[in-house]
Amino acid sequence: MTGNDSRLSEPDLLPKAFRDWFETRGWKPRAHQLELLARAKGGESTLLIAPTGAGKTMAGFLPSLTDLARRGPLAPGAPFTGIHTLYVSPLKALAVDIERNLMKPVGEMRLPVSIENRTGDTPQAKRQRQKIKPPDILLTTPEQVALLLANGEATRFFKDLKYVVFDELHSLVTSKRGHLLSLGLARLRRLAPAVQTIGLSATVADPMDLQKWLVGQEPGEERHADLITVSGGAKPDISILATDEHIPWSGHSARYAVADIYAELKRHRTTLIFVNTRSQAELVFQELWAANDDNLAIALHHGSLDVAQRRKVEAAMAENRLRAVVATSTLDLGIDWGDVDLVIHVGAPKGASRLAQRIGRANHRMDEPSKAILVPANRFEVMESRAALDANYVGAQDTPPVGEGALDVLAQHVLGMACAEPFDLLELYGEVASASPYAGLQWESFERVVDFVATGGYALRTYERYARIRKTKEGRWRVSNPQVAQQYRLNLGTIVEEPMLNIRLVKRNALGSLGRGGMVLGKVEEYFVEQLSPSDTFLFSGKVLRFEGIRENECLASNAFSLDPKIPSYAGGKFPLSTYLADQVRQMLADPERWRQLPDQVRDWLEIQREKSRLPNHDELLVETFPRGNRFYMVAYPFEGRLAHQTLGMLLTRRLERAGAKPLGFVATDYSLAVWGLEDTGTMIRSGRLRLADLFDEDMLGDDLEAWLAESFLLKRTFRSCAVIAGLIERRHPGKEKSGRQVTVSADLIYDVLRSHEPDHILLEATRRDAAKGLLDVERLGAMLKRIKGHLTHCALEHVSPLAVPIMLEIGREPVAGEAHDAVLAEAADDLLMEAMG
Amino acid sequence: MNRLALAMNKDPHRRAAGVEIVVNGVAAVCDPLGGLYLPDAGVLVVSDLHLEKGAAFARRGLLLPPYDTQATLNILSAVIARYDPRIVVSLGDNFHDRTGSLHLPEHFRAQLGTLAQGREWIWINGNHDPDGAVDLPGRSTDEVYLDGLVFRHEPKLGPQKGEIAGHLHPAATVRRREKSVRRPCFATDGIRLLMPAFGVMTGGLDLRHRAMAGLFDSSALVAHLMGRDRIYSVRFANLLG
Repeated sequence: MTGNDSRLSEPDLLPKAFRDWFETRGWKPRAHQLELLARAKGGESTLLIAPTGAGKTMAGFLPSLTDLARRGPLAPGAPFTGIHTLYVSPLKALAVDIERNLMKPVGEMRLPVSIENRTGDTPQAKRQRQKIKPPDILLTTPEQVALLLANGEATRFFKDLKYVVFDELHSLVTSKRGHLLSLGLARLRRLAPAVQTIGLSATVADPMDLQKWLVGQEPGEERHADLITVSGGAKPDISILATDEHIPWSGHSARYAVADIYAELKRHRTTLIFVNTRSQAELVFQELWAANDDNLAIALHHGSLDVAQRRKVEAAMAENRLRAVVATSTLDLGIDWGDVDLVIHVGAPKGASRLAQRIGRANHRMDEPSKAILVPANRFEVMESRAALDANYVGAQDTPPVGEGALDVLAQHVLGMACAEPFDLLELYGEVASASPYAGLQWESFERVVDFVATGGYALRTYERYARIRKTKEGRWRVSNPQVAQQYRLNLGTIVEEPMLNIRLVKRNALGSLGRGGMVLGKVEEYFVEQLSPSDTFLFSGKVLRFEGIRENECLASNAFSLDPKIPSYAGGKFPLSTYLADQVRQMLADPERWRQLPDQVRDWLEIQREKSRLPNHDELLVETFPRGNRFYMVAYPFEGRLAHQTLGMLLTRRLERAGAKPLGFVATDYSLAVWGLEDTGTMIRSGRLRLADLFDEDMLGDDLEAWLAESFLLKRTFRSCAVIAGLIERRHPGKEKSGRQVTVSADLIYDVLRSHEPDHILLEATRRDAAKGLLDVERLGAMLKRIKGHLTHCALEHVSPLAVPIMLEIGREPVAGEAHDAVLAEAADDLLMEAMG
Repeated sequence: MNRLALAMNKDPHRRAAGVEIVVNGVAAVCDPLGGLYLPDAGVLVVSDLHLEKGAAFARRGLLLPPYDTQATLNILSAVIARYDPRIVVSLGDNFHDRTGSLHLPEHFRAQLGTLAQGREWIWINGNHDPDGAVDLPGRSTDEVYLDGLVFRHEPKLGPQKGEIAGHLHPAATVRRREKSVRRPCFATDGIRLLMPAFGVMTGGLDLRHRAMAGLFDSSALVAHLMGRDRIYSVRFANLLG
């Protein structure tokens, strides 16, 4: 709590109705609630950081509710009044949930306050009515805010706005969604200059990032909102699963722990089981059901499942009808989940803050300790879990920074602003730069983005006559025609999904032909389905399914009775190891004192490694080489997360190729990287034919990176999402493809054409910026290369080392990283040749 | 982009050879640049150029890069230079929409004029451009018979001996050891042939799609996939390993 303030005199702050309401319930307003109220009354914007269960929501709404209570009801026939308070949440469900939670005290206090929500599900008639007669408090999502702002009536609608409340701000701000919302907030500040913001957040690494986000920035002057921090309630009770079973060297299934996990479920009322990926969720769920002798109600929840099914699970959870739910990050955020008394985290949490937030899901009363058990799936994860647990106790945070505002998002916003009303270029630039993620935006970049919105921004200026926005006689930019505005509305938003297909469960009839109908189980990525042959089996929604074929836009599958399914390798939700935890694990490795906290089997493993090879110092990069079979292996241990390792692997194989080491492939995990080939790299290094320092030199981020990027499917995927957000290509609207109105064109092809003709186009620049942080993690790789410069140690070994065992086991299990290109075709074509010759 | 880089490559040693096949008794070469060459009659076939696709989208407010026509014509020039054909057959969907050839910028019109010099040029009408090409060298028609083969845009249902068609943009997915690659392909069972789409901004439809059903004798069907610098021939039955 941030001290006592003389302003905090309760009677002045709280109207009588509120004091009575608290009193009759035997409650007292909490100190941070009053403090936030006092600052709001003083005209300040404020960030409130508090743990779950601290009454954050009430705190966030008290300024609005008290203000509206004083205002009293609007007289009939009063002139048009715009909304008073805007509440923005990352989840639709949360906005709906809050409405329920808010209506209760408002009803009990008989406050003259109207509260409504507006989401993608709100009927058209209600939306229209909301524009004519806005509620006092509108609860909504970032996308709806953008839609409202791109409307001609935005000025009228928002002119009376006093407060904007952002819920779960920590999760909103770090994504492109947050960038778009920051631009929306900048516009709100122009429409209602006196507007104040209130941010509600879980603990973050750098609160100042969020404080700046909440207020308008001025050139040369950093401004920020006030901060109120409520320190966490009781320390959580976290442990690492103690087991007599053998902890596996590698893998992610945690199959070894299922009996132990099941025993914990039986001991607790309701358990939330968090996993990191959807396929992990499927696996753990299946294993638990196999062990479920007592028929406990255990459910599955992940983002690919059908919405109706997810809602059912959520409802059952809220009514305490379930004993356990296996879930991915879809359950990370906010809604009240009934009486969870245990959180089990299967797999390492990958980030200290993520662990803290997930544990917070258990026990919504902040004064009671939440209970959590970590279940590492392999030995490296044991160390990572230990590091996360330690971090949790010291309160360390590793949430990502807000980051520089994305240019594709800016393009979307610029078009939206032109839809609202004609804009002046200079004015809009000032407004955009007042949003903290865009405070460093160069005028030149801004102009290029506007040019892109107008005519595509191509050096070959052939599209002037098709311009989407044009300059009026007065020098302001406006949309060319109403279709442009319609296109903008259809394309709005920053979440771009992979093309997905519904999975429909079908039955074969007696004649062997497929029946119609059947229920939809959920969605999978199109590329996954494309790889399946009829009769392939895979795990989905807790069932083993047999792939039957594709019909229209659906993947047909029947129940299979196979025990060894091909696991869905759909990409959902793999988090890379956070930089902070990686650093902690490196420290732990280097410090035998800390091994005492680790289970015996893990400690023994490290001891033997020290004997047979070496344990790297904190800042050292250990590179081992050894022969195995008729291959030569090189294993490095950077601990920088899978994405950065994959990029490193791509670049290293290029260099090894040039050095004549004949690399064949590589595999990357969160901790290490193994490259194998036909030449003995160990001897090459010792004889000086290959210099390790050259191999790992930072200059690999120059030409090698460029050359690889030219063909990287990761970059193409990044480009696709930029192109959709920026409005270059249309968003796919699932289920509407058949209307024929939508003609899609492959983003990969556009990428190829654009890259070969105009490599410095603004959208390619946006793509490269994204890739540096996202799928390629080049930034982190760069930092690592800098860190290890001059700290490389080579160990030439006769055999595989203990530390290398985990990644060696991944070979053959994980798909070999590397881009599938012509080599695959050549292999298939050779088959034909063999067939012909044999 | 691979095909464009390949087209620009002047080095004869690195110039990729095509794959020789036979369709309905007629010898043909599937070229990795996307054209089919019939050496006996001196005919070069290309299909689904979709010229001016970028411009067609731009007219509807989607400002795709305006470089597709130039890129496609560059590849076309390269493949024509390679075979110096007597006849060029462009197998329909030559332009992305009806007004495409009308709005074609002058310098592209001139480039096509140069390409057509000294040879016969046949524009087959497609569903995107049913009205024929406007003010371009050569003639427009719905189908043409040459050398024992029939050339039309849309494949007719059921077995069609000697039919060379486009329209469907065939592509095939090859899978080996957890990796899969999808590429445009020439698809033939030795009786008829489907051409890959030639235009640089044209997508593909998987051979397993039901629009392809019944066109081929699947036991004899081979996909000649367009690789980076050569054609890879894979039996339909072996595509997924």
